[in-house]
Amino acid sequence: MDKGKAVMGSGRRWAVEFTDNSTSPSSRDIPDPPGFTRGAHDQDESTVSKQKKDAEANWKAQKAWEVAQAPFKNLLMMGFMMWMSGSTVHLFSIGITFSALWQPINALRGVGKVFEPYKDNKVDLLVPKLAFIALNLVGLGLGVWKLNTLGLLPTHVSDWVSSLPPAQEVEFSGGGIPLH
Amino acid sequence: MNMAIRVFLLLLIIFSSMYPTLCIYEDQVGHMDWHQQYIGKVKHAVFHTQKAARKRVVVSTEENVVASIDLRRGEIFWRHVLGPKDVIDALDIALGKYVITLSSEGTILRAWNLPDGQMMWETTLSGSTPSMSLLSIPTNLKIGKDDVVFVYGSGCLYAVASVDGEVIWKKELTSEGVHIQQLIYPDGTDIICAVGLAGLAQFDAYQINVKTGELLKHSSMVFPAGFSGDLSFITSDIAVTLDSTGSILVAVHFQDGEISFHQTHVSELGWDFSGPAVLLPTKLPGMFALEINKSIVFIKVTNEGKLEAVDKLGQSTAVSESLNLSEGQQAFGLIQRGDGKIILTVKLGNDWTSNLLQETIQMDHQRGNAHKVFINTYVRTDRSNGFRALIVMEDHSLFLLQQGEIVWSREDGLASITDVMASELPVEKDGVSVAKVEHNLFEWLKGHLLKLKGTLMIATPDDVVAIQKLRLQSSGKSKMTRDHNGFRKLLIVLTRAGKLFALHTGDGRIVWSLFLDSLRKSETCQNPRGLSLHQWQDPHHHVLDENPSVLVVGRCDHSTDSPGVLSVVDTYTGQERNHLGPRHSITRVIPLPFTDSAEQRLHLLLDVNRQAHLYPRTTEALDIFQRELGNIYWYSADVDKGILKGHAVQNNCILKIADSYCFNTRDLWSIILPSESEKIIATATRNLNEAVHTQAKVTSDQEVMYKYISKNLLFLATVAPKAVGPIGSVTPEESWLVVYVIDTVTGRILHRMTHHGSQGPVQAVFSENWVVYHYFNLKAHRYEMSVIEIYDQSRSDNKDILKLLLGKHNLTSPITAYSRPEVIAKSQSYFFMHSVKTLAVTSTAKGITSKQLLLGTIGDQVLALDKRFLDPRRTVNPTQAEKEEGIIPLTDSLPIIPQSYVTHALKVEGLRGIATVPAKLESTTLVFAYGVDLFFTRLAPSRTYDSLTEDFSYALLLITIAALVIAIFVTWIWSEKKELQEKWR
Repeated sequence: MDKGKAVMGSGRRWAVEFTDNSTSPSSRDIPDPPGFTRGAHDQDESTVSKQKKDAEANWKAQKAWEVAQAPFKNLLMMGFMMWMSGSTVHLFSIGITFSALWQPINALRGVGKVFEPYKDNKVDLLVPKLAFIALNLVGLGLGVWKLNTLGLLPTHVSDWVSSLPPAQEVEFSGGGIPLH
Repeated sequence: MNMAIRVFLLLLIIFSSMYPTLCIYEDQVGHMDWHQQYIGKVKHAVFHTQKAARKRVVVSTEENVVASIDLRRGEIFWRHVLGPKDVIDALDIALGKYVITLSSEGTILRAWNLPDGQMMWETTLSGSTPSMSLLSIPTNLKIGKDDVVFVYGSGCLYAVASVDGEVIWKKELTSEGVHIQQLIYPDGTDIICAVGLAGLAQFDAYQINVKTGELLKHSSMVFPAGFSGDLSFITSDIAVTLDSTGSILVAVHFQDGEISFHQTHVSELGWDFSGPAVLLPTKLPGMFALEINKSIVFIKVTNEGKLEAVDKLGQSTAVSESLNLSEGQQAFGLIQRGDGKIILTVKLGNDWTSNLLQETIQMDHQRGNAHKVFINTYVRTDRSNGFRALIVMEDHSLFLLQQGEIVWSREDGLASITDVMASELPVEKDGVSVAKVEHNLFEWLKGHLLKLKGTLMIATPDDVVAIQKLRLQSSGKSKMTRDHNGFRKLLIVLTRAGKLFALHTGDGRIVWSLFLDSLRKSETCQNPRGLSLHQWQDPHHHVLDENPSVLVVGRCDHSTDSPGVLSVVDTYTGQERNHLGPRHSITRVIPLPFTDSAEQRLHLLLDVNRQAHLYPRTTEALDIFQRELGNIYWYSADVDKGILKGHAVQNNCILKIADSYCFNTRDLWSIILPSESEKIIATATRNLNEAVHTQAKVTSDQEVMYKYISKNLLFLATVAPKAVGPIGSVTPEESWLVVYVIDTVTGRILHRMTHHGSQGPVQAVFSENWVVYHYFNLKAHRYEMSVIEIYDQSRSDNKDILKLLLGKHNLTSPITAYSRPEVIAKSQSYFFMHSVKTLAVTSTAKGITSKQLLLGTIGDQVLALDKRFLDPRRTVNPTQAEKEEGIIPLTDSLPIIPQSYVTHALKVEGLRGIATVPAKLESTTLVFAYGVDLFFTRLAPSRTYDSLTEDFSYALLLITIAALVIAIFVTWIWSEKKELQEKWR
């Protein structure tokens, strides 16, 4: 790795330009072949590049949608796992539940990063992003629901009063049958 | 946090839903428990030394124990504990192989095999009139082919064959109300003489044919001045008694049915005697003893029938019975108390002036005076007579003296424990002496290596033995300092003799003992006895330098209005710090929930006049008390009248001498139980020190029930007056049991329930918000146990989570009984197989661990029963959720799981009480069961979830960790090397 860096750092010594993008014939030593009109080619080329760009944008949008839909598969998978793990608290079900919670949270934290490669002026990423977020939220919800079914959410009165110490008494009374 | 608690609770529930088995493995016996056997204060002793391979002494005691004791070491060969009402009246050896006991007021005669203690026969001698019971075993008398035993009991004289217990003849001697006091059988004759008094004014002598039981002659003579009651028999035809005034000695000659009286005034005896005399029960040859003016006078009866005082000794002298020596001589022993020593004197019967033996033995002052002495003789190598003496001291301990030395001693006072209290040991620090049991590092390592071997199953049989030994004498067990688990404590016990002992919980040894001066007989206090023990000072926080102490409450006499005595004893040193009294009478002791700055607990002592006395008598205590005066109440339960009364403490009492620590009380409420239908037989209250962790009980559907937790609750059980007697004395229709739960501040009856067709005895235990009681169901012919749980309904509407979240609830604010909270009680009953002697409940430091009931069974064992079996929410078909919560399907009887006997294979003979003490470790509780025997163990009702087992191999853990660390280093070095090589390639 160090080697590569050092070489890159020293810059270019020489370069060959294979593409010729110049449009004016005057700048060339060699005249154009007969039947070749530079202008027509130019125009054609521009349409090609445009097409190319469109294709890329399409591809990016498609990919973004794919990425956005990825949690759905995950969701199904999680659902299946949760169903398998049952509703009693043990190591497996707790592990599943926590991973079901952790994955969406992690994904939501990295929304920007996930869609980074598909960033494009022409591509509207908002909808896929929203879909992605929504699906992950559904996943999160599923995790929370699972947590609740396991009874690990403090949603009952019992969760709040179970360790309340007994109330103090104002009065004190003692006595009983006489000692004998 | 709450989630963590929930997870923890759920895990706990899961763990607890498995049936906990308390059983231990065979090699764990004695590991954390100890068992001590005692016999109690010896009443009679018979030596069996001649022609016996193993010399022994057979004794009977005040705890109704018959035991055979090894004369060499003082160990028990065999022992039988008779029932509490089966009092042993007489004991002797017949045929040289049977121990004969006469018990239950002369109605039960038993023979025990001398070598092994098996019962050979038992004869019930039925009679109608209660009388003295006498046993006489002639040495050489046969009726037909059988050797006989003469028994007088219930007004009848019996001749019983000593080989099989068959009654040969029976003769009733109750005519004219004669109370027979002695059976006299002169050897070789055919006549047995029964001598007694009738109505304290007439002397009666019966002569009966020993072969047939035929009454040969009955002679009687009236003594107009009247007798004082007791006869002392000098020879086979002379008895001595006192007249009713106690100033005239009457010698009665009754040879051959001819009765004559010879009167001698006490003052004529030679010394200056004045005041009334008391005849002492002695059996001396030609002699008797009188107690006059706190001294004992020995009086000889000369051949002419004249009385002659021979010596005067101190009151604390004990005299033995006469002992037959060879050549027809008789000897007897005397024990006198000196300063820090006792003097044993053996004299010949006819010669007071010379001593056969006089020995001085060092004896601890803590043992008090000698109460009884029994002597025995043996032939020395020079053919003279040697003597050994068995002495019973005032603190009920037993000693064998021989050749001027104590051969062995037994602390039999511990057989009669009346109260128990636990105390902490000193904190370990520099200067506090740590016992010699400390190991050095090498020993420690060796021990752990051995354990490791055991774990890895590579131990040789020798190693296994060594491991077991190590376990039993586990180093830390008997240290004299506090441990961080709180297993090591001192058990302070008060015995009936008035002696305090401190027992170490590790091995049960006596750390110190103290014979309280205030509980000793004195001028001002004639019959003192200890009543109860209370925690006086229990330093925790800022006064750790102070030693903890206990309060011993005693009373001078048997009546409730006799003056009381108090003393405070330091539990570290075993020294009495101070004592008070005799002063006002003490009927109730109420430890108050307040302590002063030195952490001395305030106590309120009530006297018969219903005046309350505050202790400690300091102004600080008075200030605290005055501040809380309005909130202090007390209640009295009068069993005879059937009245329960509530009182409040009012103002200072009006006395001749002003006493600012004395308060008047006034009546607040009373509950009068109808005397024709209810009689109080049992009460139970909560232990004041009990810790309760939470007020809420979470049910399976996440709902909450609020426990009604109050320290002022009283459980009261009454039965129909007819049903007070034993089981079976009434029909189910005329018997009922009524139970009450009463608030003792307001007198409000929270719950009342009637069990028709049931009767006592009732044993009950109150803890947290529940009470469990045990009684007999006459209809079902079975014992039953019931549980009552009390819940607070007024709190149940606290359902808003947001409020709870913000802490806006009144669940922890102080409550008053006058707010009359609405309560509901849930109850359920179950059949139970055993009758129960005593009930207790485990207690832990924070009250989180689930509870177990400890039942003292009729077989003198302690059985642990999970509280979950006594849960009113049990149903026949619990739902899945309820099952998860740990609710057991309802069954009509409670199971007895053999593994849950806390005492495993041992018996705590004569079990009277069970005390539980919380250890510092939340899961563990210390259990001390006492009766004639003592037993201590520790229990973990939900198993030890908060600590590793004692067998845990720390060595293995350390070795594993060390191996892992080494492995990490080695692999790290390897990887470094490999990487370097990679780079060079």
